[in-house]
Formats: sequence, C-alpha cells, structure tokens
Amino acid sequence: MNNSARQFSILQALVALSIALFLLTFLIVPVINVIYIAFSDGNGGLTLSHFGAFFGISLMQESFVNSLIVALASVFFASMIALPLAYLTIRFEFRGALLIQTLGVLPLIMPPFVGAVAMQLIFGRSGSVNLLLNDWFGFSIPLMEGLTGVVFVESLHYFPFILLNLTVALNNIDSAMEESAQNLGAHGLRLFRRIVFPLAMPGYVAGASLVFIKVFDDLGTPLVLNVTNMLAPQAYLRITSVGLEDPIGYVISVIMVGFSLFALWLSARVLKGKDYSTTQRGGSSLSRRRLSAWQSTLAYGWIAMLLLLVLSPHIGIVLLSLSKVWSFSVLPDAYTLEHYKTVLVDSPRMIVNTLLYCGLAALLDVILGTAIAYLILRTKVPGREALDFMASTALAIPGIVLAIGYLRTFKGITLPGSDDPVTTLWIMIAIAYAVRRLPYALRSCMAALQQVSVSLEEAAENLGATKARTIQRVVVPLMAGGILAGFVTSFITAAVELSATIMLATTQSDAPMSYGIYLYMQSIAGRGPGAALGVLAVVIVALGTYFSHRIISSRASQTGVHARLE
Amino acid sequence: MKPVKVECKNIALAYGKTQVLKDISLAIEPGEFFALLGPSGSGKSTLLRLIAGFNFAQSGEITVDGSDIARVPPWQRNIGMVFQNYALWPHMTVEKNVAFGLEERKLPRAETARKVNDILALVGLTDYAQRRPNQLSGGQQQRVALARTLAIEPTVLLLDEPLSNLDAKLRVQMRQELKSLQRRLGITTIFVTHDQEEALTTCDRIAVMNEGVIQQIGTPIELFDAPANRFVANFVGTINFVEGKIEHAQNSATFVSSLLGTIQLPASTASHWSTGAALALRPHTISICERALPASVASGEAIRLEGRIVEREFLGEFVRYRVDAGGTELIVDQSHLPDGEIFTAGQNVTLGIAKNALRLVS
Repeated sequence: MNNSARQFSILQALVALSIALFLLTFLIVPVINVIYIAFSDGNGGLTLSHFGAFFGISLMQESFVNSLIVALASVFFASMIALPLAYLTIRFEFRGALLIQTLGVLPLIMPPFVGAVAMQLIFGRSGSVNLLLNDWFGFSIPLMEGLTGVVFVESLHYFPFILLNLTVALNNIDSAMEESAQNLGAHGLRLFRRIVFPLAMPGYVAGASLVFIKVFDDLGTPLVLNVTNMLAPQAYLRITSVGLEDPIGYVISVIMVGFSLFALWLSARVLKGKDYSTTQRGGSSLSRRRLSAWQSTLAYGWIAMLLLLVLSPHIGIVLLSLSKVWSFSVLPDAYTLEHYKTVLVDSPRMIVNTLLYCGLAALLDVILGTAIAYLILRTKVPGREALDFMASTALAIPGIVLAIGYLRTFKGITLPGSDDPVTTLWIMIAIAYAVRRLPYALRSCMAALQQVSVSLEEAAENLGATKARTIQRVVVPLMAGGILAGFVTSFITAAVELSATIMLATTQSDAPMSYGIYLYMQSIAGRGPGAALGVLAVVIVALGTYFSHRIISSRASQTGVHARLE
Repeated sequence: MKPVKVECKNIALAYGKTQVLKDISLAIEPGEFFALLGPSGSGKSTLLRLIAGFNFAQSGEITVDGSDIARVPPWQRNIGMVFQNYALWPHMTVEKNVAFGLEERKLPRAETARKVNDILALVGLTDYAQRRPNQLSGGQQQRVALARTLAIEPTVLLLDEPLSNLDAKLRVQMRQELKSLQRRLGITTIFVTHDQEEALTTCDRIAVMNEGVIQQIGTPIELFDAPANRFVANFVGTINFVEGKIEHAQNSATFVSSLLGTIQLPASTASHWSTGAALALRPHTISICERALPASVASGEAIRLEGRIVEREFLGEFVRYRVDAGGTELIVDQSHLPDGEIFTAGQNVTLGIAKNALRLVS
C-alpha cells in the first residue's frame, strides 16, 4: 500500500521534472539569455552601457515614447468603446445584447495586422471613407496616418478584452449589493461610484492590463502600417538588419518584457484579495431597467456605428480578396476569384503548415496544462508551484523576444547527422507557439480541474480504481470540456501569431499562413492573394471560436449539474 | 424615535401571468416584532421587498404611519433591510460598511464616527472595525449587516431570512439576540422566515403565507392551537387530520368519520362549515398506553381507539410513534421520562383522544 503510493509519486516527480526541463529549455533559458546579453559587456562582466546607448539614440527614445503612447492610448480608446457597451448589456433590458456579444467576438477572429491593410483601404488617406468625405464635404480625416492608425486598429481589435472582463465582473455583482446601498440611502451616480464601480474595478483592470501588454508587444500591426518608430518593429529591424549580435535588439526586448511584467504585477496587485464576485446561490445579478425610446435609439445608434467600425476590416478584407483592382476608389472596380486560386495553387503548403504547427502546439499545451494542473491541485510534488510560475511567465514574454531568445540560445547547434541548425527547423515555430499559449491553456485546464470535486475521485478510488485509472476514467472525462476549450484557444491564437513566426520562419516552404499574409502584403500586387489568405485564416479562426464557444457553453451546463451535486 | 405602524392594503402583484401576491392586507402595530412565515414561493420575500421599495405592486397601498409610500424611492424610505446573504460590500471594511448609510445622509464626520463606534459596540464587533467582510465568520457578518442597517436609525426594520445562513446552534443564539435587541430598540420589525420554530419563538404575531395569500394572522399560540385551515395546521407544527363529513341537523351538527365515529359539534362553530371538513389534532394531545388498561382511563371526555405501532422515532424529549388505528395512520408524541415506557413496532396499544383538543379545519 505504502509502497505503491510512493511509486506513483516517483512517477509524478518524473512528470514534473520533464515539464520543468521543457520549460527551462524553451522558455526560461532563452529569455534569461536575452536579458543577460542586454546587460553583458561581452567579456563576462555586466554593464548598463547598452541601455545608455539605447537612450542615446534619438530614434530609440522616440520609439520608446511612441510605444508607451500607443499602448496607453489604445487602452483609453478601447475602454471608451467597451465601458458603455458593458454597462448597456448589464444594466438595461435591451434586445441588442446579442449584438453586443457578437461585437465582443468579431474583432478577435481577425489578427490586427490583417485587419490593418483593409482598414487602410477603408479609412486611409485615399480609402473609401476619405474619398467620400472629400467628394461630399471637401475634407478628409487622417485616421490611418502613423501612430494614430496603429492606435485606431489596436483599439478596435482589443476592446473585447475589456468588454468581456468587465461584463463578467458586472454580472457577478449580486443585486443585493446595490439594493442594500439604496436601502441605506444611496442612488444614481453616487451609488455607481461607491458600489458598482469599485466592485467591477478588478475586472476592468484585468482587461485593460491585457490590452496594454498586447498592444505594447504587437509587431505585426505597426509593420503592416509601415510605422517603424516603435519598440517592437525596431527590435525586429535591428535583429534582422544589423544582426543577432546587435545589443540594442536585446535592450528593447528587456524593456518590453519589463513593461509586460510591470503591467501584470500592477493588475495582480490591484486584484489581490479582491475576488468580488458576490452572486450567491439563489442570488441574482444587478436589476435591469427598461430603456426609454430616445435612450434606446441612442444605444442602437451607438452600437450600429461600432458594429460598422468593427466589421470594416472584415468587409475590407473580403472585398480586397475579391477585387481585381482597388485603389483610389470607394469600392473595387472589378471582382475576381483569381486571388483564391493563386493562394490555393501557390501556397497550399502554408495552410497545411498552419494546421500542423498550431495543432501540435495546441496538443502540447493541453498535455502540459493538464499535467501541471493535476500536479498543482492534486499532488504534493515539491516545486509544483514553480511549474505554474514558469508556465505563467510566458504571459509577459512577447513573441519576438522569445524568438530572439531561440535564435541566440540555439545558435550554432545542429541536429546530429546534418548541417541544418535547429533554429531553422519548423518544429521551433510550433514550440514557440506552444510556450506562448501555455498560460491560457493552463488556466483553462486548472479551471476545469477545480470544477471536479475531489470527492468524485475519492468515490472512484473507494470503488477500487487506482490513481491512474481514476485520472483516466473520471478526471479527464470530466475535464474534457475545459481541455478542449484550451486546445481550441491555443490553436486559434497561434494561427494568427506573427511576431515569433516572422523571426523563426526561414524558408517559404516552412512558412505558415500568418507569415504568408505578411509576405504577400509587402507588395501591391500581393495584396489580393494576401487578403484571400487572410480570409481563409479568419474562417479557420472563426470556426475554432464557434466550436470553443459551443464547448464552453455545454461545459457551463455540465457545471450546473455539478453545482447541484455539491 | 417613536415606533411606527405599517399597513398593507389590498396589495396585488404579478410577474406576467404569475400572481405572486393576491389581495394582501395586514397591519403591523408600532414596535411589533412581526413575522411573515411561509414556504419558498409563498410571496413573503416579495412582500418584504415591496415594503423596502424594490418591487412595485399593481394595486393596493402600503402606508407607514398613515402615509402612502408608493412614490418614495428606496433610498428615501428610511426602512432598513437586512439581506439574506447580508450583502456586505467586499471592498469596504466593517467600519466603512456601517458608516455608509450615515455618509449618504451627510452626517458630520465626527458624529458618523461616534455612531459607528456605538453601533459596533452594540453588536459586539468593536475589535473588528478594520476587518474586511470576508475575514469574518458567518455570525459576525450577520451582526455587521444588522449594525449597518441599525446605524441609519430606520423607522422599520426588515429582516429577510437573516438566520438561514447560520448553523443550528448559532441560529438559536442569534434569534435570541435579535429578539432582545428589538425589544430594547422598540423598532417595528418585519421578519421573513420559512422556519416555523424561528417565527414562533421570536415574534409577537405571525402572518402565515402560501401561494401569495395570507392564510392566517395571529399570535404564535393562536396559530398553533387554532389553525384556520389545513395549510396553517400543517405548516405550524405537526398535525393529524381525520377526514369526515359534517352532518347538519336542526339546531345541531355532528362530525362523522369512520375513525372517531360521530362527534357532536357545538352548533355555533359548526354552522359556517360546509360538509367537507377534517378534524385536526396535535400528536402530543393523544395519549398512548398499553391495551390492557382499564376502561376508566379513557372515560369521560376522551375517545378510545385501538391501534398498533407501525414505527417509532426517538427524539430525546419525546418519542414519536406512527400508529395504525383501524386503517388510519396517526402520529402520536409521548413525552419521554427516564425509565418511561417505550413501545416497539408491532405492539398493540390504546390511544386516548381528548375531545377538547380537536379542531375543525376546512
């Protein structure tokens, strides 16, 4: 009895050790390497001179300030979009709720750098909107110029993060929270300021910090919009043009990691001990009011405008993929299916590559995620917390930093029996995807395992199942929904990842769709096929999102059964 | 502050087609500790929320000291409510929670602080002022919720199942504390509960509700001894029903049942009953003894029945038997004394039913 228990914990320890080795090799060591080089004087000593050099270059100062401004401005505008929408859905009886939910998902299914091209065609200097404005009123709005363009694209793309988090937070406020305040004499704005807002604050901060990190680290959007005076594009340009030895690229990497960590730390600090979800069994969410006629007109108007904005990249990219010629005109001059043919004939390989890399990455993620979740929640293997910590640090590592770390760390290492350096292997792309998505898959698996009451496992053991059999027959089936959701999330986010891909894809034949879109978009002639490839990517992601929603909602109904069992 | 009178007149409320409250009328006297008792879905919480201002009645009116409060928003009613789940704000300390209502009333800071201290002392939580609600036990949270409500010196105190989230021992202790606090403050209090023991032990008067209708209003003793109908009889305490028929004759009426035979009813009480009715009798009013006892025991005002023990539950203070008496099953409670006689299943017994313990119910 005692013996078998110890045997199993040796197995647990082995599993933990292999995961630790994987994370060390493909996350911790490469990132530490990047940080080390940023501080290294080349002779084994440490120095701050690279940072001095960085801030001595006026382009770098400018990039630094620009990246901060763009990230903060994007958070601001994304909040401006999300706050009224969240409040509208929670506070009022209102048929547009479904529309708002759609609004919350639509932007996420298209990577911002794909949308950026379409946005230029619609909102750019000679885009549809400005052409019309010019014709009718004789003026144009420079919405897509420089940093403004980046902020515009990023805000429209990332506001759902704030919307979703805030909606959940507001939904979790029990109506009694508000009623008790009214009962004690508060109402209106004061009530909102003193009760509703502070209770929803953690949700808002979580969403906003995520937006900040995403925008601060985004490489694809500025590159596609030809804005290079920001940090991520500068790191990319430095490493690809000056070379892997240039310390400035590493300094930028450290700054990006630093800000990401800072944003995460800040949100963790704000959230600490503030699980404010107050709805209880039998409780209900905030009471809803009916909108008056003019209020609902206003609300629908606002939503319609947003929907149009949010849909514009989708509409644009579809039009672009179907257009023979589209420049200096409101709509394309002629339509064709040629671009789809080009893409499917020239680069079916890219589609296959995307499915392969992302499928592998997602598989790896859920295996690691399930294992780590089990180790943390159900075993006492020493160092299990460290696994969680290591896996979660990936949140703060921009794709480009991880890729630079790989290039540097595995430089000169070749596969036994061949001259190919490991950094050129496609598997590195898949691993980079897996490492970057691991935190999300892990959260998903942890949440799923937390829903499985320990007593269900004990019941299985009580009836004669071993630990391993219990995991196989009870734990994993009950977690299946969460695992599947984790898989799909990893898959769809990896499918549109550009920043690590762009550094690691060395040959055309190894390139996945995201890189293909980027390559195509570099030339005017390639925009059509690039858009066609983009539409295909969006379709894949949309299908994935749809299925993950289905899975999550059916899981929610299962959890309902579980709650009754408790 | 002078205690106020609360009156509900002909209140009706429906959600869509579901009629939640039907023609509710009741008057709660100044300083009274009044209970709304009923099973879930009976409308008792809805009525309480109506008084607090969180619902709107389709018809009828609610008055406090004679004035209609229908148009007064919840935040101006000054009717304090303690919520079932306490609804303590997790982002505020105990002190801040309690100070909230006073701050909303724009009291000077020093006075607010003094009042908060007083009220925290009253509920014995002075040392917990700086804690957050999630650092408190259930009983402590309950007291904070009460303190927060009492701090505004409400004219009426509403308690929505305030004890339901506490464990059994604490519940008994808290209900005694609630009662003595209410007596001390003399504040008109309305207490919603589904627990008949809670209502019987703490409240001056009780309105029993079911399916949106008030079934009976009375003191605990009235409800227990003279239930108005089967629902009240069943909901308040445990009861046996003996089915039968009322037969009216000139100047007299009788209740005829197969179990008890023909029982003469006082003409005055029987006149307004229809023919379908039942006699209700409490288990503890039935005496139980071995069959062999002399008939003199059961003579006079008692009815004698032969029966057989079906099952026995030992509850400590008393023993509860299910007895089969000629095809009708009766619950019989016998108080238990050390060395007292205890019957076993299958044993034949004699039951004695006192006629004056019988109540006619519709």
